[in-house]
Amino acid sequence: MSASRSRKLSVTEASRPVLPRHAQLKFDKTRERWVILAPERVLAPDEIAVEVLQLCDGRSVAQMLDQLAAKYAAPRDDIGADVVTMLQDLADKGFLVEAKEPTP
Amino acid sequence: MTPTPTNATEMANETVDSLAVLESRGSVAETYGIPLAVLAELTHRCPLQCPYCSNPLELDRANTELTTDEWKKVLSELAEIGVLQIHFSGGEPTARKDLAELVQHATDVGLYSNLITSAVLLTKDKLRALADAGLCHIQISFQGNEPMVADRVAGMKDAHAKKIEVAHWARELDLPLTVNAVMHRQNLHQLADIIQMAVDLDADRLEVANVQYYGWALKNRAALMPTLQQIEETSRIVEDAEVRLKGILAIDYVVPDYYALRPKKCMGGWGRQFFNISPTGKILPCHAAETITGLDFESVRGNHSIAWIWQNSDAFNRYRGTGWMPEPCQSCDFKEIDFGGCRCQAFALTGDAGNTDPACTLSPLHERIFKLAETEAAGDVNRFIYRNFKGGTPEDQADRSA
Repeated sequence: MSASRSRKLSVTEASRPVLPRHAQLKFDKTRERWVILAPERVLAPDEIAVEVLQLCDGRSVAQMLDQLAAKYAAPRDDIGADVVTMLQDLADKGFLVEAKEPTP
Repeated sequence: MTPTPTNATEMANETVDSLAVLESRGSVAETYGIPLAVLAELTHRCPLQCPYCSNPLELDRANTELTTDEWKKVLSELAEIGVLQIHFSGGEPTARKDLAELVQHATDVGLYSNLITSAVLLTKDKLRALADAGLCHIQISFQGNEPMVADRVAGMKDAHAKKIEVAHWARELDLPLTVNAVMHRQNLHQLADIIQMAVDLDADRLEVANVQYYGWALKNRAALMPTLQQIEETSRIVEDAEVRLKGILAIDYVVPDYYALRPKKCMGGWGRQFFNISPTGKILPCHAAETITGLDFESVRGNHSIAWIWQNSDAFNRYRGTGWMPEPCQSCDFKEIDFGGCRCQAFALTGDAGNTDPACTLSPLHERIFKLAETEAAGDVNRFIYRNFKGGTPEDQADRSA
């Protein structure tokens, strides 16, 4: 069935997670915070979730980890498992799906 | 916080907290002032004639509806004051020829849009145009799981088959789908099949909404009221499905007021986190609020801004907070939890919207309401009075070929 794919993204370093059309990451100017707009719900991601979600633009999880490790001068392996856990959690909640085509 | 977590377990816990729900049913959104989501009832026109329609008995005529430009101005103003989501509803919103234009405008001003529809007027091209205009989500109402019951309740031939077809198109277009099923005595036996239908249609969410009795539903209460036995069975079926379908289908369950012990926190409390806009532009605390006489609702066509109406109008302030409450609400420990229940129901059943909702066991009327429900549920009134602009048509005189 077509949607089971979007509901069962299994996150690995090769995954290219993106937000589906019904989940929008947006800065809410009135309340001065980032929000995820979803069907019948508005959610408030924390700073880490926002940073990771902003990287979900079609690049691979491996590329995200490289970038985060460099930015925070942290060992890649330390970050890796936790970021994958966070991405998997967001995917399980329906806020991330696999990108249809890899971006160049 | 930096993304340099200490260990995986801690991070996993944090991740759960990283998505605080700002608004679902019963949320903390009131602390943010202007509502996060607004319901726009674009029209009261509808090809269906459901006997439990939430629209008022006196429906707004087509020539009194806000124009395309007026709605666009409203959408811009809503986005400007901090509303994030717009639900396009009705009547049947697709009866408006300008719907795609309004969805596009909502997208242009940054509003997340949801379509609440009966689906029977949609074609594949129209649905694609809405998706292309940026529609984010679609909710389709179902009256049953098969045409015999469903088409009779809807008062429209072939409605059910059409809805199934449109639901499939929606998923083809990758629109997330919510199935809305309004439940009552004459379709509750289909609940298990309706849940399976929602799964088969690849819906993300199912709303199992027991009829709430104001307006048209109140007029048809004797034909709709479920038995207590049905409600107990319903709760069992829903609880079982919630466990079985975790991660596949989210289920929102609205219990019937008359058999409840505590009243619902209606609209999250009057004027706390929700308003809707009627077809003629009135700003209302809930979609049934116009059933309460003696309240003067301001319109977007008047001299005030929407934010002013929300904050200052008498209709919104009349039942805000807890100061207005009589006993037994005033000294009740639950007054900040349920805000005295539903004003429209208090008005419908007691004649005064300022009374305690009789759905509450502490209301002096509760026992009588419970008995009334039991009596009506056991009665033999099964014929509907269909909803229409003529003030209703008894089922045996109705034309269902529309």
